[in-house]
Order: sequence, then C-alpha cells, then structure tokens
Amino acid sequence: MSNEKHHIVPYRIYIYILLALLALTFASIEITSIELGKYTVAGALVFATIKSFLVLTYFMHLKYDKPYIKIMVAFVFAIFIVTTIITFLDYLYR
Amino acid sequence: MEDSKQMTHDHYDAEASKIGMWLFIFTELLLFGGLFIIYSVYRFMNPEAFHLAAEELDTFIGALNTVLLLVSSMTIAMATSALQLKNKKLTLLLSSVTVIIGLVFLVNKYFEWETKFSHGIWPGSEHMLETMSQGEILFFGLYFIMTGLHALHIIIGLAIIGVAMWKVHTGTIHENRAALLENAGLYWHLVDIIWIFLFPLFYLIT
Repeated sequence: MSNEKHHIVPYRIYIYILLALLALTFASIEITSIELGKYTVAGALVFATIKSFLVLTYFMHLKYDKPYIKIMVAFVFAIFIVTTIITFLDYLYR
Repeated sequence: MEDSKQMTHDHYDAEASKIGMWLFIFTELLLFGGLFIIYSVYRFMNPEAFHLAAEELDTFIGALNTVLLLVSSMTIAMATSALQLKNKKLTLLLSSVTVIIGLVFLVNKYFEWETKFSHGIWPGSEHMLETMSQGEILFFGLYFIMTGLHALHIIIGLAIIGVAMWKVHTGTIHENRAALLENAGLYWHLVDIIWIFLFPLFYLIT
C-alpha cells in the first residue's frame, strides 16, 4: 500500500541541488557587495526565494508529493505575501 | 513502548504523518513570517540605522553557517534515500553527519554572540541604550530574537534527528516505516529555509 507512492530520490539529484544552492549563496554575497542602492534588498530576496524554492521542491520532496500538498504550501506562502502587502499598504498610506 | 507491541492493529499511515508535519511546519513558517514582517516594517522606518547596525555583523561567519546548513540539509535528505534503499549503515552515517554539522553551526553561533556580548551588545545592555539610536536597538533586538529562535529550532531539530537515529538503530524505523525520519528531515529543511532568509536580511544587506 505504501509502496506505490514511495519515490526514492537518487543521491546525485541532491548533490546537484546542493551545488546550485551553494552557487546561489555565493552569487548573492557577490551581488550584495556591489552598491546597487535600493535594488540590493530586492536582489538578495530574489536569490533567497529561488533557494527556498529549490529546498521545498527537491529536499522537501514537494516535486514528488501529491498536488494538494503543493497547493497547501503555496497557500501558506500566499497568506504571508498578502499579509506583508497589506501591512505595507497601511504603513505607506496612513 | 510495551503497549504498542501488544496492539493488534498497528496503525501506520505515512501520508497522514506527512500532512501532520506539514501543518506544523505551516505554523512555524507563519511564526517566523510574522517576525520577518516586523523586521521589514522597522527596516522601512529606520533604513540608515539598520544599514549601520548590520555592518557590525560578520558576513564570513554568516556565510559559513549558510554553507554548513545547506550541506546538512543535503545529508539528511540523502539519509531518507539511503533508508529506502535499505542501507541502514549509510542512513545512520548521513544522519550523524547532519547532527555534527548542526552542532558546529551552534558553536559558530556561540562565538558570534560572544563577540557581540564582548562589544557590550545584548538586549537591554547599557552600551546599546546609551550609544545607539532607536533603529540600531531595534535591529539588534530582532537579530537576537530571530537568530536565537532559529538556534532553538536547530537544537530541537537535532533532538528529533537523534530520536530518529535511535529508532533506525533499533529497527523501529525501516524502509517501510520511514515517516519519522522523513519528518525529521522536513523539520531540518524548514530550519534551513528560515536561515536562507535570515542570512541575507541580517548579514548581507548592509
């Protein structure tokens, strides 16, 4: 019963993902050391978002999970983003 | 333990375990999410002070800890694969590597905080209250709360992985009953994701 959904991820996939994550980490250190003004924050957050996406998809097996788990995770991140936007709308226009 | 052996219906549902773990992870994400919103608002209100205070942090030790956590995330993910491939020895080896890296992370954190303390920087310290602006005090308050709460999660994660390793050793966790090790892995990856955001926000954006 439990065998059907057991997807064994090969070790090399994890090694590739780790290499990608390390590359993104060093890229984000490099890019924030350049003076980009306002865009530094945006740049660092874009890198962090890509990294967390890789961790969620491969390390946390979302790629191999059923769709409803992916939808739930996406929903939680959507709640967080909406809350952040509403908070900032409040601070920007009060 | 004795009771579970006597039970005639050994109830095991890998999918339910996974959903339970994810629901818990959602609460954790929103807990840290709230702190990240507080950080963003205070940063928005005190851009210069945050810029100045962040210079105090050591990017090297932050980057080192990032690399450590990423590698440990890979090893615990591999441990699940090893278990499913029925390689118990490799499972225990990879989990031990994760635990050791987690401990090194905490040692680094100790030295990092120790440096701050020796500079007179800790929540409510006289040095902070007398020489720092409101924005810098907020930055260091958030720094200690967020990295401290994260370090607490590392300690809990290590304990969960430790329990999982013991159960792999005794044979309670095996290739057809891997949920606890997988969930320990999920928790560890959550800790990794939080650090992925903490690192640039505190150490890089100066």
